[in-house]
Amino acid sequence: MLEVRNLSKSFGGLQAVSDVSLDVPEGSIVGLLGPNGAGKTTCFTMIAGFTKPNAGSVTFEGKDITGLPPHQICARGMIRTFQIVQPFAGLTVQENIAVGAYLHHHERQEAMALARDVGKRLGMGNMLDRPASSLTIAGRKRLELARALATGAKLLLLDEVMAGLIPSEINEIVGIIRQIREEGHTFLMIEHVMQAVMSLAETAYVLNQGKLIAHGPPRDLVKDASVVEAYLGHGAAARLQDEHHA
Amino acid sequence: MKLQSAGQIALVVAACAYLLSVYLMSSPVWIGFTINALIVAIIALSWNITGGFGGMSSFGHAALYGTGAYASAILQVQFGVNAWIAFGFGIIAGAAMGGFIGALAFRYGLKGSYFALVTLAFAEVLRICASSFAITGGGSGLQLRLDPGVGTLQFPDRTVFYTILLVVVALVMLLTLLIKKSRFGAYLVAIRENEDAARALGIDTYKIKVQAMVISGAFGGLAGALYLQLFLFIDSTVVYGSAVSIEALIGPIIGGAGTVWGPLIGTLGLHLLSEGAKHLLPNAPGLNFVLYAIVLICAVRLLPRGLMGLAALFGTFNSRKDDDHA
Repeated sequence: MLEVRNLSKSFGGLQAVSDVSLDVPEGSIVGLLGPNGAGKTTCFTMIAGFTKPNAGSVTFEGKDITGLPPHQICARGMIRTFQIVQPFAGLTVQENIAVGAYLHHHERQEAMALARDVGKRLGMGNMLDRPASSLTIAGRKRLELARALATGAKLLLLDEVMAGLIPSEINEIVGIIRQIREEGHTFLMIEHVMQAVMSLAETAYVLNQGKLIAHGPPRDLVKDASVVEAYLGHGAAARLQDEHHA
Repeated sequence: MKLQSAGQIALVVAACAYLLSVYLMSSPVWIGFTINALIVAIIALSWNITGGFGGMSSFGHAALYGTGAYASAILQVQFGVNAWIAFGFGIIAGAAMGGFIGALAFRYGLKGSYFALVTLAFAEVLRICASSFAITGGGSGLQLRLDPGVGTLQFPDRTVFYTILLVVVALVMLLTLLIKKSRFGAYLVAIRENEDAARALGIDTYKIKVQAMVISGAFGGLAGALYLQLFLFIDSTVVYGSAVSIEALIGPIIGGAGTVWGPLIGTLGLHLLSEGAKHLLPNAPGLNFVLYAIVLICAVRLLPRGLMGLAALFGTFNSRKDDDHA
């Protein structure tokens, strides 16, 4: 569904992303992992059209969308969420979701009805009339998801939807993502919460310093020496091996 | 539109009662004063589209107002065009100027105070141009030939003109309400609240912002063209001066930016206040601007949602409808 080929981006002298290629098959949940500053969010901004890559291509459903503006990419059915949640603070929850729904429903009544429907599906039925600014972090993360879904997007790029949540809230969001996937959506998600990645993603890509260093099922990745070293520092894999044998 | 509370209804009723009472007073001073306030209310409603809903605070709405007035005046005085057609072109010219300023400013991603400064600069450049060229009458301005009649859009009877203005204000408010309830209005508010999130949700923010400037420009041009038909004379300071830009933004901010009634209520309130001050202290010209400044500071500090926001706190209805906000 999504094919990213040799994507590269540099900011001045800093090579933020270099030569990244990844595939997201339809109906799957793919993880994008890596330590802080690895270039994950930069990848997202390029895929979703917020910044233009220096090189490489992004193909969505067989069509080249490299360098298209975000609203055109969104109209084709791919949407990103933000790591730092961005609610429309002055609007109610339902109005927030309706902004997404307006993409394909131009009438206010239809958009508001769809917003109510999506909100209820994501367990926000009792918060629809509340101002978005009154939501907790967990509520705002859900709102990001709801708004994205309301646009009718088929592929959702989720940027750390679990960050800052307590374990019970993580379980709820994991359940919601499963439910949305079963409704036929596809996910590419940046995630640090390994519990979530392990239970959701079939495959994951690991970025470090802008380069892909590994990809495969999450269960294998956590044992991969290069991945362990990217997170814990040079030589960490060997030390862990030693301790394990000792 | 559903108003949120008894307080807001009281405010709206008070404004309507005042506007109707002008007919009963039949005092030329009051009617003249209220006519001025209504023209300012239209430019305030114009500012409200971009500044109130879209969060693009222009400091140069005089550019739109003046362009509408000058376009209509040039066509009538220099080319002898029929007043109605010239009036229509005034509106179109305002819209075109709005679109031009918006397209240029937003192309370069100007926001917040930078946008405010660029709009101010446009208004000032236009003011200087208007006072320099022969076609705009230079420093002496343009004067329409006195020729009362429906065909020339000149109504010496103040009551008639007042009624026309009331209808125009009502129409502009109706359009504002329609915008507020539309997809376009929701997108504008989304852009005001968070432009990045709006882009991510599939909104072509550039297009929406330029469209808002075009609509705002049409309203602004309309106000300027009406001013011309009322006074039959304009010069660069009167229609392109920064006083117009200040009046355009202060009414909505005090009345409640991004509401349908706020700009009218704010403008009427301010004009009544400054008129009252003039009568109490007749020897202090310019006092009204001092008053404006004080009221503006208080409003920004204490009433972030203006008088409509304040009134919403009184007598809130229990059965608040979720998808209808005044």
